[in-house]
Amino acid sequence: MAETLLSIRGLTKRFGGLLASDRIDLDVARGETHAIIGPNGAGKTTLIGQLAGDLRPDAGAIRFGDQDVTRLDAPHRARHGLARSFQVTSVFRDFSALDNVALAVQAHRGSSFRFWRPARADATLRDPARAALQSVGLEARAEVRAANLAHGEQRQLEIAMALATEPGLLLLDEPVAGMGLDESQRMVRFLSTLKRRITIVLVEHDMDAVFTLADRISVMVYGRIIATGTPPEIRGNDEVRRAYLGEDQV
Amino acid sequence: MALSRRTLVLAAGCVALALVPPIAALTNQPFYLDLFRRMMIFAIAAVSLDLILGYGGMVSFGHAAYLGIGAYAVGIPAYHGIQNGWLQWGLAIAASALIALVIGAISLRTSGVSFIMITLAFAQMLYYLGISLETYGGDNGMRLAARSRFGGIVDLREPTVFYYVVLAILVLFLALGSRLVESRFGMAVRAAKSNEARARAIGFSPLPYKLTAFVIAGGGGGLAGALLANQTEYLTPDFMHWTRSGEIMFMVILGGMGTLFGPVIGAVALLLLEDVLSALTAHWQIILGPILVLVVLFAKRGLFGLLVGETRDG
Amino acid sequence: MPLMLALVLEQTLNGLQYGVMLFLMAAGLTLIFGIMNLVNLAHGSLYMVGAYLATAFAERTGSFVLGVALALPATLLVGVVVEVIALRTLYERDHLDQVLATFGLILFFNELIAIVWGRAAIFTSVPPFLSGHFRVLPGLPYPTYRAVIILVGAAVAVLLWALVTHTRLGMRIRAGASNRTMIAALGVDIRLLYTLVFGLGAALAGLAGAMAGPLYSVQPGMGESILIQVFVVIVIGGIGSIRGAIVGALVVGMADTLGRAFLKPMLATMISPPAADKAGPALASMSIYLLMAAVLFFRPEGLFPARSRS
Repeated sequence: MAETLLSIRGLTKRFGGLLASDRIDLDVARGETHAIIGPNGAGKTTLIGQLAGDLRPDAGAIRFGDQDVTRLDAPHRARHGLARSFQVTSVFRDFSALDNVALAVQAHRGSSFRFWRPARADATLRDPARAALQSVGLEARAEVRAANLAHGEQRQLEIAMALATEPGLLLLDEPVAGMGLDESQRMVRFLSTLKRRITIVLVEHDMDAVFTLADRISVMVYGRIIATGTPPEIRGNDEVRRAYLGEDQV
Repeated sequence: MALSRRTLVLAAGCVALALVPPIAALTNQPFYLDLFRRMMIFAIAAVSLDLILGYGGMVSFGHAAYLGIGAYAVGIPAYHGIQNGWLQWGLAIAASALIALVIGAISLRTSGVSFIMITLAFAQMLYYLGISLETYGGDNGMRLAARSRFGGIVDLREPTVFYYVVLAILVLFLALGSRLVESRFGMAVRAAKSNEARARAIGFSPLPYKLTAFVIAGGGGGLAGALLANQTEYLTPDFMHWTRSGEIMFMVILGGMGTLFGPVIGAVALLLLEDVLSALTAHWQIILGPILVLVVLFAKRGLFGLLVGETRDG
Repeated sequence: MPLMLALVLEQTLNGLQYGVMLFLMAAGLTLIFGIMNLVNLAHGSLYMVGAYLATAFAERTGSFVLGVALALPATLLVGVVVEVIALRTLYERDHLDQVLATFGLILFFNELIAIVWGRAAIFTSVPPFLSGHFRVLPGLPYPTYRAVIILVGAAVAVLLWALVTHTRLGMRIRAGASNRTMIAALGVDIRLLYTLVFGLGAALAGLAGAMAGPLYSVQPGMGESILIQVFVVIVIGGIGSIRGAIVGALVVGMADTLGRAFLKPMLATMISPPAADKAGPALASMSIYLLMAAVLFFRPEGLFPARSRS
């Protein structure tokens, strides 16, 4: 039984009268790829927000490794090894792709209170950055301004930035959203190569991606997780089919 | 070796500034020495503001406060007979940096509109504090007893000497600033401006870097204030008036935000414009006001960008 | 009534009266911030315009009340003209652009006033029928004019509250302050709404300016000193909220007035009188900024922010 890397207990979040997270319990094992699916409004984005550190839960706890991270803000969680991508692509638009990843490297290792040496000439930042770009297949676009990259390339860039921080857990918010068929298949293939090495939690609507990548799937409806299991188990679950997949799906 | 357009413009600017004293002497127009020296002092103030405004995205509307602090850091010791320039200017930088630390620590808890208003309010507070200093002239301000003394190394009473001292400080400031914005620290600040959510997601806590930049900018403003007091040989709380903050901000925008060298051009341009306009009419501000509005609406790229053909900070 | 108590009560009423002036400015400004996301430094200029127009109209008509009554729609008109000509393009721009552009407007207005009326301060006096005192309590005479200001302010607050909570326009205003994009998506004519809100803010500022004439000096640049205090009010109260504007204005008005009146004598009991003489006024003028700093330290979003955390 693999050790638990991420442990969520009783996570609750209200927005006024809306209960977005309803006492969520979830364990994610080290090396596992865990997908979270559910209809719109199920509370997936709120859950990601609380995992990433953007939202403070009203109740409950999140443990990452052997540490309670519930009270830590996003930068601290990132420094503890929790990397993320955003639902709406979020990069440093005016910087080159290489600069973007180098910044991630810089944030992860070493002090940023250096005032003299140019960061762009620093090999300890540039080399790992190039390696990360290479791993996602963007090395040819290293000098291109991020704003000028294609949508899919920007998503790849986000993954490269996440990888550059040598994370223990990768939190992906709809990684193939807005991608065409070819692009999303490439992304899924790439993410598959990361399995086992990095624990992945992803929120997705694209069922092909989900069923290809996930070791286990959790289904969320109205702020609760109604089922967790392997892809075959989820496919066969009547309640899930009714709530989300639809009777005639899969 | 091919020289970039940017380097050429910078070199030309440096040479032009260095030539002002001899040309002024030749044409017997000492006024221009004074004018350009004043421009360079404000350029230092504008460059220090660009560090946080152009590179850090912090719209601080209270930057003139640091000029005031720097000026009084020279004026008050001089009043009491302490004329050592090292002490005075050191105090100017230290005091402004310290007050920037306090103001920044509180203001940076907010952002956007609130941040603008709060920096403005704090500067106003210091302005009222200056007015209440009866001993040092209060509302009317006071004359500077004597220019800062540097014990024989340089004599600021010599206009040309003072000019080259200011020029040297400006060049040094620009050189240090250039290293700063390309350093790891500078990149962290620029990243926080470019996309704060992204910066946090990769592990940067923006506050320490922003605050440090704020303090550095404050110190720079303080140094400019010390120079300004020596320049005008008179200091008043008006140095800290919020309209001065607005002027310095305009120099940054006019010259080109986030370019470091743009604000120098902006300072020269704005002060020249004010000089020309005030010769036309006593009511020159009624012309300047709409000009500023038009610049903001239509020419935000700034003069430096136009000269060099570059886009703003990235 | 013991003298000390009478003094304190009188200063409290003064604080209330100053708070009313701040509220009239803050209400408009906070709505404009909250709904149009516009930083308008020139709001103080509208206050100044109101003061000057009221003085001019009063001179022409011989009636103070008529002067104020005419100044209101006139200032509203000036506000609408400024909005249509200069401010519409700024809604889309970032705050820095708005700050700088409206700063340019301030220079323009201050100089315009100086050209027409000169730089020297104009002194207007309280109209005879409002001068004098009336007895608020036994032993506590209070200037009638100041009391009228307080009443006008209270009336405006009630009217605004009624407008915002009980009318359709008010509903749109509240919705806009809470979520701007949504209200546009719902098909509300945004341009008209913005112009209306701006006009309302201008009228309120003009009212404040018109009433301010007899109490404070009327001169170019008078708008800016009160404007910065209005900023403090809004920061403390919370952007976009009328309730915040009321509370903030009262707090700041009291703190400023009571501070000015009592800080020096209070300090004199603790430290030497000459020192108190110097420190007192300085601390008094700093007091509201220190208050602002304290509030921000604990609640950076203000006491009653209109926009909920998303």
